[in-house]
Amino acid sequence: MSIPVLKFDAVIVGAGGAGLRSAIQLSEAGLKTAVLSKVFPTRSHTVAAQGGVAASLGNSEEDHWTWHMYDTVKGSDWLGDQDAIEFMCKKANEVVVELEHYGMPFDRTDDGKIYQRPFGGHMSNFGEKPVRRSCAAADRTGHAMLHAMYQRNVKANTQFFVEWMALDLIRDEEGHVLGVTAMEMETGQVVIFHSRATIFATGGAGRIFYSSTNAFINTGDGLGMAARAGIPLEDMEFWQFHPTGVAGAGVLITEGVRGEGGILRNSSKERFMERYAPNAKDLASRDVVSRAMATEIKEGRGCGVNKDYVLLDITHLDPATIMKRLPGIHEIGLQFAGVDCLKEPLPVVPTCHYQMGGIPTHYSGRVVMPQGGDMNAVVPGFYAGGECACASVHGANRLGTNSLLDLLVFGKSAGDSAVEDLKAGRAHRALPKDAAEKSLARISAIDNRKGGANVHETRLAMQRTMQDHAGVFRFGDMLKQGVEKILEVEKAARELEIKDKSMAWNTARTEALEMENLIEVAKATMMSAEARKESRGAHVRDDAPDTAEFPNGRNDKEWLKHTLFSPVDNSISYKPVNMQPLTVEPVALKTRSY
Amino acid sequence: MERQDYERLRWRCIRRALLELDITLTRFLDDGFDQLTEDEQAAFVDLVALEDHDLWYLISGKEECNEDEARFVPVVEKLRKCSVRLAN
Repeated sequence: MSIPVLKFDAVIVGAGGAGLRSAIQLSEAGLKTAVLSKVFPTRSHTVAAQGGVAASLGNSEEDHWTWHMYDTVKGSDWLGDQDAIEFMCKKANEVVVELEHYGMPFDRTDDGKIYQRPFGGHMSNFGEKPVRRSCAAADRTGHAMLHAMYQRNVKANTQFFVEWMALDLIRDEEGHVLGVTAMEMETGQVVIFHSRATIFATGGAGRIFYSSTNAFINTGDGLGMAARAGIPLEDMEFWQFHPTGVAGAGVLITEGVRGEGGILRNSSKERFMERYAPNAKDLASRDVVSRAMATEIKEGRGCGVNKDYVLLDITHLDPATIMKRLPGIHEIGLQFAGVDCLKEPLPVVPTCHYQMGGIPTHYSGRVVMPQGGDMNAVVPGFYAGGECACASVHGANRLGTNSLLDLLVFGKSAGDSAVEDLKAGRAHRALPKDAAEKSLARISAIDNRKGGANVHETRLAMQRTMQDHAGVFRFGDMLKQGVEKILEVEKAARELEIKDKSMAWNTARTEALEMENLIEVAKATMMSAEARKESRGAHVRDDAPDTAEFPNGRNDKEWLKHTLFSPVDNSISYKPVNMQPLTVEPVALKTRSY
Repeated sequence: MERQDYERLRWRCIRRALLELDITLTRFLDDGFDQLTEDEQAAFVDLVALEDHDLWYLISGKEECNEDEARFVPVVEKLRKCSVRLAN
């Protein structure tokens, strides 16, 4: 079959913040740049980001990038690479001011500067007191950011391929990346995008969990494609969770509900936080509450048929107070739990929010992997930025407002590196004869299989397995079982069947292709989590508790290292954390406490 | 509605920027869209072309349709009523 080939200097997969930011660099350098997206760019999940973007502008009070760097290293529980963290924090002012020049409507101070507000974990003077570092545009920061960057791209003649799904990375025998195969949803046509540089900016894969705040689009397509092309995934055991998402939906319930007197109860209606935190009770810190909830569910005191959630009770509060102090919570209960929270408790569960790991990259945005004794050998022609990439700046836990900063800084640096490599002479390399065969075979198998697995059921089995076995608080025995279970789900995911055989707008096929990406991420997460026998940041194990020898369960002697999960043979290797910043003294190891 | 038009609409409903819309619109397609009149279906197609925050504020009742959006009103009302109850 003859497959059309479209030739570009650069192809970018994903049109969220990182994709749009890198596209600006390439298009403004005069390079012919294509951006592929499953949806219209301003409908990417970056839109959901509200908190702001961190930069030590010092507009409201004294601030310095070294303080921001310290906070980020500490937030990462020392798993973040300090060269990459220095790079990001130092670049923050530049990328925020650029965004302002693109037309981003930041909130302003009375004297016209960018207004900055405080955000959890951001401190002045190396952890001394909170600092105002977050720059926002009302509650639509991500949305405003995408609009500003989309318009800049239109001006720079970036070519958008909207409602296209990238299928597979094309690599030649020497390992160079030569572009991607992609499918136009409107026609079902598969096309080869042949490029000199390929940039992945596909976002996270939060949909691997049953309860996730992520929109349905976050199916880890870039990670799936990288894995199928033999590129390992880094630190996939680290996922950030919020304690209270609506069970079965994932929509967040603000922590303010507990602040106003909300009480967590188990299936016996017991106020269980009294056992875990006798003083703070329901107002204990986020990780303590999440851990208690997970323990109640694990020990069979969860609610519902599957005993997989607990209850958040505010029925004892004055309805007028609820409506006044917690606007929106009544509506969320009705819309997403089918519960009138004035009369009945809300079903809640710790809910996945952000993926710290991803495709391993250098801070220049170049993708790296172990080759011939070099743990960080560059994969020529391949770049990544944003949530799909692991630079690694978030390490074992991300600081709020650093996600928008990540996609700006590393979107830009991936674009800059691609421009640099192309200007240095990187040419189009010959496509392998079978460049599209793998993708066509996958589609054909999905279309023609009889007696295969149902996509919806397989996805649900994966999500439940991940939630039950690799959730916010992890247990050694559950992780072991989880590995077996996810490998079973993987077998089903390799045998998907769809009923609709249409070429045009076949959303069933698209969802099957997404499922093939999700399972790669789920497997990497489960196996990496099972293997890491310590607690660090967001990876907290019951069998790695807080002791005098290992505060918070963190074991730097054995586990101060990055996980690399190889999808080729399901093996795990490790590489050292880079503790050496670019120009300043390292942030020395110490116990992480706030 | 032709199959292709419906499937295109479906994709634009089930892959939004905001999870709240993914859930609400998926639910409505499964349980409500068929009962719309032809005019209302046409209004729904235009309604879901709104920016995510604007659309969510309308559905969640935080904002009301303005004068230019009068034809959205019956559809928005139906979307607001389409709530879910947990299976268990």
